[in-house]
Amino acid sequence: MSSGAAKIAVKVTEVIEVNDLVKRFKFERADGGQMPTFSGGAHTVVEMDDHGTRRLNPYSLMSSPQNRSAFTISVRRDDEGRGGSLYMHNHVKVGMEMTISNPVNLFSLDLRARKHLMIAGGIGITPFLAQIAQLDSSNGSFELHYSVRSKNLASYADELTSAHPNDVNIYHDDQGEAIDIENLLDGQPLGTYLYVCGPKGMIEWVRKSASDAGWPREAVHYEEFLTPEPGKPFEVKLAVSNKVIQVGETQSLLEAIEAAGVDAPYLCRGGACGMCETEVIGYDGQFIHNDHWLDDEEHSSGKKIMPCVSRFEGKTLVLDR
Amino acid sequence: MAKTEFEKSILSRPVYGEFEPMTGKAHLFIADSEGAGAILDLAKSAPKGFFDIAHIIYIPKDSDWKYVPSLEALGAKQLYVGPSFEAAITRIQRVLLDASNGLQIYLSGTEGLMGRAMLEATNIGYPYSAIQTEHRGSKARRMQCVHCKGVTEGVTTDPFECSHCGLNLFVRDHYSRRLAAFQGVCVDAEDPGNVPDKVEIT
Repeated sequence: MSSGAAKIAVKVTEVIEVNDLVKRFKFERADGGQMPTFSGGAHTVVEMDDHGTRRLNPYSLMSSPQNRSAFTISVRRDDEGRGGSLYMHNHVKVGMEMTISNPVNLFSLDLRARKHLMIAGGIGITPFLAQIAQLDSSNGSFELHYSVRSKNLASYADELTSAHPNDVNIYHDDQGEAIDIENLLDGQPLGTYLYVCGPKGMIEWVRKSASDAGWPREAVHYEEFLTPEPGKPFEVKLAVSNKVIQVGETQSLLEAIEAAGVDAPYLCRGGACGMCETEVIGYDGQFIHNDHWLDDEEHSSGKKIMPCVSRFEGKTLVLDR
Repeated sequence: MAKTEFEKSILSRPVYGEFEPMTGKAHLFIADSEGAGAILDLAKSAPKGFFDIAHIIYIPKDSDWKYVPSLEALGAKQLYVGPSFEAAITRIQRVLLDASNGLQIYLSGTEGLMGRAMLEATNIGYPYSAIQTEHRGSKARRMQCVHCKGVTEGVTTDPFECSHCGLNLFVRDHYSRRLAAFQGVCVDAEDPGNVPDKVEIT
């Protein structure tokens, strides 16, 4: 399959349990060469062969962009999820050979900024680790506000606070600590850019607060990887390849297209990048749009779908693929 | 005088809109000459108290002081009236440096004024696309000679002579945000002396 970013054959050289929920994985090139360069905020798509089921999950690169010997990612175990994180936690061991994609960045620092204000929730910390490493090398000004459930689940909080005692602030939910967003946004120097990565609710809350405070939309960046929601199985006709396929309950439309041997474009697999946008030729039923690529008008037009995260319920769906 | 309409041109050519009152922690207006009209028109639809947190920096230029009494009547928190952009530039830089996000920026008047003020804002990281602009008055342009790099202000004809090196320059719509200037290119390089008649810039 030729879609997606270029592939890299890697070997797992380190698996570290960071805490009860998070494991860190280190990948080095199988051929011993250097990893491609990337910028802070980039992700890689990890391919998994989960006992016959092909999974491709995006994970933010957390290692320093200066370090080309290896990529590292951190994976939070999601016991209720579709199985990608469980596979990473339970089956990926040191020495295993895997395939990952070249880095793709949908959450890069805007280097025009005078200052970078970062807000992280939980495992949303990972892209910031690479961004902070990048800013360190250029003396970039930043402030990180990192909300965690508890001290035990505060991945990388100790490393961050000891390296940047004045710029890193940790908020522990279980101790009733919370980010005071209004005060935080008030008084930030003109030319400050805001970045938020974390749960959906947090992203919405931060974006709304920034908009209410008169922050320019262009100065607010966010990243949320959606995972494909399970749903009722449905049938799709692929007009170009002349195939009728079934999308299973826990399968995404994109995965079903790929499983049928049809080469479909993709990049982030999380509803953000826009690469897998597909034209709808005909339909009788209802779309369940889950992406944040298409706008409301496109969502209601019935003309486009993002097969990586969106689904369909109804009689017939014909796609230009 | 209402906002100016320009012919559609290449993508590089800046386009200007019409002021709308924004919600923000403060408002900064930088205007020259007829640009005062854009502020006064905005005032008609601005919510109560809007100018309590506004700072107006105004350079009357050829309009003399005819707009100044009306601007004074808006009751802005600060109103500065000065002789030139050059005279106001340190004030503009200081205001931007001390400002915090939530400030809304409105630029009106000539292209040269709006471009230079926008450059000051983008120099400290403010995204240019978040800045409101409204063109009023003269269509004179701030031109950079691509040959000697000298900037000629207030160019009203095409072609024109570079005020630095004297070459005959063709007025392009190709604009540089980094320089806040349009590009002027030698019009008679192939055939020196064969210079088209000057026409007013529209």
